Amino acid sequence: MITVRFFGSLREQLGSSELQLDRSPEMESVRDVRTALVDLGGEAWQSALESNALITALNHRVVDLDTSVADGDELAFYPPVTGG
Amino acid sequence: MSALDVVIQRDDFDVEQLQGMLQSASTDAGAIASFTGYVREGGDLGQLTELELEHYPGMTEKAITEVLEEAASRWNILGARVIHRVGSLRPGDKIVWVGVSASHRGDAFAACEFAMDYLKTRAPFWKKEIAAEGAQWVSARESDNRRARRWNS
Repeated sequence: MITVRFFGSLREQLGSSELQLDRSPEMESVRDVRTALVDLGGEAWQSALESNALITALNHRVVDLDTSVADGDELAFYPPVTGG
Repeated sequence: MSALDVVIQRDDFDVEQLQGMLQSASTDAGAIASFTGYVREGGDLGQLTELELEHYPGMTEKAITEVLEEAASRWNILGARVIHRVGSLRPGDKIVWVGVSASHRGDAFAACEFAMDYLKTRAPFWKKEIAAEGAQWVSARESDNRRARRWNS
């Protein structure tokens, strides 16, 4: 099981802040998880999730799309940050 | 050896009290440099009624702690503390406080500025401006990225 979280304007666009995904054997990388999410959400989710501007964080560390994922991981997708 | 502390909270904070805590934590603190960030009145939508601050609990504290650890590795500092508010804020409210103590002012000034520049580009917060005309998520600024990058040259 992988926990996926969304924040900021992305969370609003998708209408979801968190979901759980069963990790299938094909789900090896962050990119694979993104593909699974697009399959789940359809066209409405595709343009939002495939944006180059999005940042991905795996277990609270910023990673790229080729990073491996494992059961129990938490993966977050979010827009560029605006704190401070 | 430095004491680094990060607090994310909804409540307001007292700048004088924070400064005092940093100073009393180290008797060798000849210098304390600090920054306070406020909610401005005007955004892209005109006069703000509210600023909503969202964050990623767990990662926010970790990300800012790493920024302070990086500052401590680059400069000779005694302590550093960041308080950052989340939730619903009003124009004029304090958003963030960064304080750094050191024996000498060069280290304190530089570490404080560095910490703010890195916090702006790394800490997972998102701001949403709410005005009479509507609501709008604040966009990340290229100027913030440039400010962060200049510490890498």
